[in-house]
Amino acid sequence: MEGDIVQMGAYVGAGLACTGMGGAAVGVGHVVGNFLSGALRNPSAAAGQTATMFIGIAFAEALGIFSFLVALLLMFAV
Amino acid sequence: MASEAKSEGLVFHPMDQFIVKPFFGSGSIEFYTFTNAAFWMMISVVMVIVLLVLATSRRSIVPSRAQSLAELAYGFVYKMVEDVAGKDGVAYFPYIMTLFMFIVCANFAGLLPMSFTTTSHIAVTAVMAMLVFLSVTILGFVKNGASFLSLFWISSAPLPLRPILALIEVISYFVRPISHSIRLAGNMMAGHAVIKVFAAFAGVALIAPLSIVAITAIYALEVLVSFIQAYVFAILTCVYLKDALHPHH
Amino acid sequence: MATPTTETISACVDSYGSAIGMPQLCGEWMSNQIFWLLITLMIIFVVLSRIALPRIATILTERQGTITNDIAAAEDLKAKAAAAEEAYQQALIDARAEAARIVEATKAEIKADLDAAMATADAEITEKAKASEAVIADIRSNAMASVEEVAKATAKELVAALGGKTDEKAINKAVDAHLKG
Repeated sequence: MEGDIVQMGAYVGAGLACTGMGGAAVGVGHVVGNFLSGALRNPSAAAGQTATMFIGIAFAEALGIFSFLVALLLMFAV
Repeated sequence: MASEAKSEGLVFHPMDQFIVKPFFGSGSIEFYTFTNAAFWMMISVVMVIVLLVLATSRRSIVPSRAQSLAELAYGFVYKMVEDVAGKDGVAYFPYIMTLFMFIVCANFAGLLPMSFTTTSHIAVTAVMAMLVFLSVTILGFVKNGASFLSLFWISSAPLPLRPILALIEVISYFVRPISHSIRLAGNMMAGHAVIKVFAAFAGVALIAPLSIVAITAIYALEVLVSFIQAYVFAILTCVYLKDALHPHH
Repeated sequence: MATPTTETISACVDSYGSAIGMPQLCGEWMSNQIFWLLITLMIIFVVLSRIALPRIATILTERQGTITNDIAAAEDLKAKAAAAEEAYQQALIDARAEAARIVEATKAEIKADLDAAMATADAEITEKAKASEAVIADIRSNAMASVEEVAKATAKELVAALGGKTDEKAINKAVDAHLKG
């Protein structure tokens, strides 16, 4: 009984942790969208900043991956 | 958990693909055992050698397709190191090229059906991230001495804010290897696990077409992610390298 | 996967061959992975830094050199081509002028020939016209003479037929008078 409640809590927590990935999606979309609007205004400067965009995407995405990792840990490791 | 899943109609084993087994026969796994992880690492070594050594063996001025691919990879990484880490970062280009080529080949080899994705294991990516972190930190102290610590002391910020910022900077500096490794492993693991989950749904006739379409779409995304994560790993290594070479903001 | 593999002794894999928990967090595999990863990275690094990267760098510099040489050669050839085109244009202009001159000369020649031929033809036509006129006049006078003769003969026959005496002189005089009148 007690173990069941713990497992239920772990599963609910895993599901909740997945909402964090939505935030990562918003963040990545924000980065790329702003890059694109800037790039359309000044296309000549865009080529040099693609690397910066990817770094930004990587940082934004890392946090989503963390929440995914928390979900996986709750599902499989707790 | 696994035994419960067996009693149900739908069987999900999304994590089974990441099990390390001995490649020949069975038995316990010692550190020297040739496992499937070791096998797929060797496959990526073979891929690197075929792409960068055999393809360029003719040294032709007008390149063949394989040779131009090798030159493209070289130019891509070289330009990235030069742009991000600066001119003096070019000395470390072979190390970054090694990491990039290994990750990109392992990622693509992991996309083959029935294969094993070595880069989806945190042990693997954490070792690479720690190698980068330690060598960059040591390099920073060797090149700049104690003034390397000015990386954490942001002189452009107002004075009362500086200690707080320094704390944040120190924390973010030590989180670097964690995020660096988990980003790669998490991305690879997530994509492969999702494909496996959809593959389990394909056993139900009603939703099989939908799940097959979904697998195809996610596979295409995974091809993109495989490359982008290798690129991101390499470019973050370049960023850390730049911080070590030029710590002053 | 469904067959129990009892010989696998592991804390991370159950008796059915499925993973217990996350395989990524299984401690007993880590040393193996790290060992092989270090070997892999070392092989790749040695291969890249000893063989591949210097070779590709050489290829790229060689190509750069070849391209520079080729561009110089191309510039040279381009200048040559421009000179050749200029010469060709000059030749074309000369040829056009020559052709125009020849056309003019030929035109004048043809005109002279034509004029001469016209004059000859005119003279011939005039001559022929004169001759024709003479012939016509001749024919006309002959015809008048014939008419007189026929008239006289007819008058004589008529007089004879009417039973008169044929006085040739009178008849002739009368016919003449009639013709004149």
